[in-house]
Amino acid sequence: MDLRYTPEEQKFRRELASWLASEVPSYGTPPSVHDWPARRAYDTGWQKKLFDAGYAGINWPKEYGGRDATLIEQLIYFEEIAKANAPYVGCNFVGVLHGGPTIMAEGTPDQKAKHIRNIISGAEVWCQGFSEPVAGSDLAGLQTKAVRDGDHYVVNGHKIWTTFAQIADYCELLVRTDPTAPKHKGISWLIMPMNLPGIDIRPLPTLEGEGEFSEVFLENVRIPVENLVGKENDGWRVTNVTLRFERGTAFASEMINLQAFVRGLVKLAQKITSHGATAWEDKALRRELGHLSGELESLWAMVKLSVCEAKASGVPGVGASAVKLYYSELYQKITELGLRLLGRAGLSRSDVAGLPAQHLLNRHLNSLSISIAAGTSQIQKNIIGERILGQAKDPAPAKA
Amino acid sequence: MDFQPTEDQKALRDGIRSFCEGQVPNERYPELEKSKGFDRALWSELAEMGIFSLRLPESEGGVGLGYADSVLVFEELGRRLVPGPLVWSQLAAGLVKGAADGTAVVGGLDQIGGGDGPCMVEHLESLDVLLVLRDDGVYQIAPRTLQGELVEFPLDPLTPVHHVKSLPKGEKIADAARAKRLRLEGAALVAGQQLGLAEGALDLANEYAKGREQFGRTIGSFQAVKHMLAEMFVRQEAARAGAYNAGATLDAPEVADVERAVSAAKITAGEAAIRNGRSCIQVHGGMGFTWEVLAHYYFKRAWVLENLFGTQDEHAEKIADLLTVQVQA
Ligand SMILES: Cc1cc2nc3c(=O)[nH]c(=O)nc-3n(C[C@H](O)[C@H](O)[C@H](O)COP(=O)(O)OP(=O)(O)OC[C@H]3O[C@@H](n4cnc5c(N)ncnc54)[C@H](O)[C@@H]3O)c2cc1C
Repeated sequence: MDLRYTPEEQKFRRELASWLASEVPSYGTPPSVHDWPARRAYDTGWQKKLFDAGYAGINWPKEYGGRDATLIEQLIYFEEIAKANAPYVGCNFVGVLHGGPTIMAEGTPDQKAKHIRNIISGAEVWCQGFSEPVAGSDLAGLQTKAVRDGDHYVVNGHKIWTTFAQIADYCELLVRTDPTAPKHKGISWLIMPMNLPGIDIRPLPTLEGEGEFSEVFLENVRIPVENLVGKENDGWRVTNVTLRFERGTAFASEMINLQAFVRGLVKLAQKITSHGATAWEDKALRRELGHLSGELESLWAMVKLSVCEAKASGVPGVGASAVKLYYSELYQKITELGLRLLGRAGLSRSDVAGLPAQHLLNRHLNSLSISIAAGTSQIQKNIIGERILGQAKDPAPAKA
Repeated sequence: MDFQPTEDQKALRDGIRSFCEGQVPNERYPELEKSKGFDRALWSELAEMGIFSLRLPESEGGVGLGYADSVLVFEELGRRLVPGPLVWSQLAAGLVKGAADGTAVVGGLDQIGGGDGPCMVEHLESLDVLLVLRDDGVYQIAPRTLQGELVEFPLDPLTPVHHVKSLPKGEKIADAARAKRLRLEGAALVAGQQLGLAEGALDLANEYAKGREQFGRTIGSFQAVKHMLAEMFVRQEAARAGAYNAGATLDAPEVADVERAVSAAKITAGEAAIRNGRSCIQVHGGMGFTWEVLAHYYFKRAWVLENLFGTQDEHAEKIADLLTVQVQA
């Protein structure tokens, strides 16, 4: 158990930190969340900068334009990105974190040639068309149908919660190609260009009041058969490849950011006074925040431990579900303190009386999605209970 | 950086684990209870395993290992509920003659920030030396000079306690910095024990949930139970990361803030031990409320350890103080 970094790792950190120090301040502040074209330009522009400097696709192989950094360097990368307050992966999330890696692992040479470089350099934005109104946690119950017609699939169906659909160029689309097979056996994974006729995107306002995700209606959308990733009806296996990447280190920078968020809360508590004392003089608050900050320290140690275990075994640690559960709960508890500090100033979503209401409310509202997206907390607990602890599955539901 | 236990560390852990399984099987608890949680023969064997001399340099007759190694060892001692003033005796190695080889059983009291008024002393009758950490240094007291009364019903059946009216001054054997340092080290080692308790409690509950059937199915197949177990697992893993982080940071203090790492460990592992103990009782139903099932031993020991080298609340306040300094910088 050695926490010391090697000279090469230290060198990697120094170089990255100095690059970030020179690039981040001049890159500008993020645009309004409602201005979609500007958001796309901001996120992809930063991705291009990373790419040009050799810092994009930090875990991608070199042959695909990635950095092929060691897992430890990836940890350092997340730490430095967060420390420098650099732009987050944003709308490149799906492409860079799981779409691209899925194509690298499962795609044809043509698919790789067409998409990989574009994804990593910020030229292509992707979205994920997995969930449906009837298929959320039970993803394999999806019903969007694809019927072969010559060298095309004709697709009809209804996707939902599709993040960034309105600005995406391509979609990771799951369809049912064999309606007669058992539910896990008739699924295929397609690359859907978002500009095809028959795609109707209707943004759904989230509880944050933004159209982060959309419903996507598909009516006789003709997708070329060459866009099939993996074999026809073998899509469930490919889906698990995608999900494994998705559940990897996706939240790492956010976790570090929370440490800065906690320091922000301390500063705020030092400013807010009531009954002649600052909130930071309140022992109960100090204990609560100190406790949560201690848990954050352990959370990051948990990430380090699981990354080092993955390094040794070559597979992502079984602890990914535990990390996600611990993180979601901590994130929600910590950001909830922001609302408690704001008190009635938190009735407004824009800043009042010099208090950062907008930021604090946004963070807490956003935290509520973490225990739902990418496998709900309940599903993560099922995974731990059954796959790690070896408890029996729920009895199969009665046949209709 | 490689945060994983090394092959040597895994071998050390496995060795201690099988030693503990052999020496302290479940059947031994009633007997240990009768001997008030202390058995000199067992103590000698623990000493022979190098548990007390683990961190003492080889030149002084020790094993010459580090803090992370010790955390792993205490994890195993916690998992098997091994009783006695284990952490104090390791802390005393090199400071009190006989502590390292087990010929002197050393207990202690952490009075930093407190006075010399009435207090609770664990394992007093078994002790050869009592260490007291005070604001101005480390003191050594002869246990026989203490005026105390054995508590009739201790919380943990394997941890007898005396209620002591007042503490004599004793002999000063080390300075204030050393006292503070021992408190820090003690907290990290206890976090290792707490991690072990959290693991032991989960193992016990998990196995029970696989065997016990109600409504025609194992109780572990019910989500209410399965999710309770999953929550125990999450706490266990957070405690593991926290305790290992404390040990590894003590070994490499140039890397991070040692005080923050240790306080975080005591918080995370303390919470895991207590709450996993409680859940372990719940998963067992009525059996969990009996004396016979080990669940209550885990729960009770967790509270003993909570009150060693700073509670969760005290460590949380410590972290808040560190944050205040950070924010000013
Ligand atoms: C912010 C956000 C962004 C998202 N982005 C995308 C995206 O880009 N693309 C995409 O395809 N999807 C996306 N999703 C969808 C997400 O994956 C699903 O919301 C999630 O899988 C849950 O499915 P559901 O919403 O249908 O809820 P349900 O599955 O209907 O769940 C409802 C409740 O029932 C519980 N539940 C369900 N099954 C079980 C069970 N077996 N045991 C115990 N409890 C159970 C759940 O935990 C939950 O509390 C996004 C979601 C959010 C919140």
